[in-house]
Parts: sequence; C-alpha cells; structure tokens
Amino acid sequence: MNFETKATPMFPGPARQLHADIRIGGTSVRLHTDSSELVEVIAQRFNGFLTPFDAPDYQFDVSLIPTPETGSDEDVSIVHEGPLWRVRRGDFRAEWDDRTRQGTIRQMLSPYALDTVLRIVHTLLLAREGGMLMHASSVVRNGLAYIFTGVSGAGKTTISRLAPADTHVLTDEMSFIRLENDAYVAYGTPFAGELARPGENIRAPLAGIFLLAQGSENRIDEVSRQDAVRGLMGNILFLAHDADLVNAVFDGAIALAAKVPVRRLTFLPDQRVWDLIGP
Amino acid sequence: MMNTPLYFRRSQDVAARHFGDELMIMSGKTSALFSLNETASLLWNSADGVTPLTEAVEREICAHFDVDRDSALADATDVLNDLARHGILEVADHPLPHQSAAQP
Repeated sequence: MNFETKATPMFPGPARQLHADIRIGGTSVRLHTDSSELVEVIAQRFNGFLTPFDAPDYQFDVSLIPTPETGSDEDVSIVHEGPLWRVRRGDFRAEWDDRTRQGTIRQMLSPYALDTVLRIVHTLLLAREGGMLMHASSVVRNGLAYIFTGVSGAGKTTISRLAPADTHVLTDEMSFIRLENDAYVAYGTPFAGELARPGENIRAPLAGIFLLAQGSENRIDEVSRQDAVRGLMGNILFLAHDADLVNAVFDGAIALAAKVPVRRLTFLPDQRVWDLIGP
Repeated sequence: MMNTPLYFRRSQDVAARHFGDELMIMSGKTSALFSLNETASLLWNSADGVTPLTEAVEREICAHFDVDRDSALADATDVLNDLARHGILEVADHPLPHQSAAQP
C-alpha cells in the first residue's frame, strides 16, 4: 500500500542531508537526518529491512539530543488529539500527524527510540486493518508461518532457537500479522529479542498460532475460542486509553482466533518439539 | 440491606464481546481482560446509567432465575463494586448521564 506524501512537511525543520528507508510488513518509513552516525546505527539495527522506495508511507525528521531527560526504562507516554500523536520517553520525543503521516523525532543516538516509535506506528496502522504486532516469535517452515506466543519466559526465543535448519526465523520477539485479501500473513521484523538479530525479511501465510507452555512432554492441546482470544489479547501490543483502538484490537483478536488455529503447545526444550509442528 | 438506589454505567474505554453465555470485557486503561458469566452479563446489558440496580435485578435476574430478590441484589451489588474497582463500570447513587461513544 502506498500513500501520497506532501512535499512540505507538517512539522517543518531544517532540510536534512541524509535519509534511511525502512520497510516492515509492506509499510515504508523514511527517516530524514543530518547525522551520519544515526544512519549507521539504523543500518545495523534494521539490517535486511532497509529498502529504497520512492513514496514512503510515513516520514520523520529525526534530530539528536545529547542526553536523556530521564531514561529509556521508564514507561512510554502516548497521547493523541485527533490525528496528532505525541509519544515520549526519557530518551526520545516523537510526534506526527496521522493525516499527513509526517512527523518529528528528537532522540538520543541509539536504535531503541526508533524501534519504539516504529512499533507504535505499525501498531496503529495494523489495528485499523485487522492486523497486529504480537509479543511472539514466528518462523516459516515449508512455506507456512507459525507463531509462538506467551508470557516472558514461556519459551518464545527458545523455540525459535530449536527450529530445524529448514525453517526461517521471522522474529524471536515481535511478530507482525497482517490481514491481506481475507487471509492472515506473517511478516519478518527487525525487532529482535534474545537472539539479538533481525528476523528474515520474508512473508508467508499464517498457518497456526501456539500458546506456549513449558512442561515435561511435548504436546499440542486444543483450546476454546475464549481461551484463544484471551491468549492472544494477553500478548498483542496495543496502546490503551483509546476507545476506538481498544475495540479494533479486540475485534482483531477475535477475528484472528476464528480464522487461524490457536492451540496450546507444551514443550520440552529440545528439538523434538518440532516433530509436532507443520503440515 | 441496601436502601440508597444505585445506578451503574459502562465505562467508555472498554470493549465487550459475547462468546455464548460468556461476556469478555477488555479494559482500555489497563489492557486487562475480564469474563462475566450469564447473570453478570445481564447486569452489564442494563448498565445504562439510568436504570436503578433494583429494577435491573428484578427484571433481568429474578424474573428468569429461581433466586430471592435480596440475595440477588446483594450479589449484584458485590459484582458492580468489583467491576467498578477495575474501572469497567461506574457506580453512583444518582443517575449517570449518557456518554458519547468515544473520547480522545
């Protein structure tokens, strides 16, 4: 999907000399900056997702601040007035206009602020389309995508680390799910967890979602529709305090659970679990 | 026994969806998910801010279930207060005005 962008930014600033183009899940974001150091940081963090394009879906003017006001471990504050979104944390401030899809980011020289802003932008965009970002690892095997979700420590990274050689890891941290032509598709993301490396920049039809639990045997159990929705809702990334978004995310989870098999996967941390997964 | 009439209204930033007899409610403030059983769902459906709890209990609970009014009212009051503590409902001793659908 491509959107026209205006030549004059909504948040005008000094003309930037450099830019980096990042495309995740089919959505393109152009970051304008004067800092070659920042471009280098972006190149490392988003390796595999830097794709030049003519008409970005979003554009941000990025300037650097020397020190954080507080820190990057505090909660992100997200507020919006109509189409104007303001997101801030100790290490960055971002704002954009959702109509023009243009905005500014003031941040430290680190990839984490951009990482957060991109997750939020994608979350908002996906929610309107019935898609979502989910705290989950995902892989492609035999052309089909499988998602593994659960609370921290449930084994998201472990199961992707145990994946056989013929699998492609889309992410070990943040799965990207999009509804396209009435079918769900999983995309690779650069949002890395313990593996500390970006996923592969590929996409595949979503064939199954597993709610992870570690146990004394490898086993797949069916779950009720309610439990499936509960399991998904507990792990979907979304921004609270917005009635429209709450409804969109809730409906998105319900629709996903109706369309894609959601089952509980109990597993031992060894490779045999992969005998259970796949067609 | 409760003498003061209670009025109750659904909070704005929640989403509720039915699954059979169960009602799942998501809080936009905390992202927490709640499940209401059939009888609690009936109360939820009456949470318009202007129907007194006594009337809702008599109409939705006592008329359909074999339960005495005072017990049903006491249980319903507990449920309302619990949901109010979680920000799912607002409870007051006066009618609560209708709210517009969404807030920024």
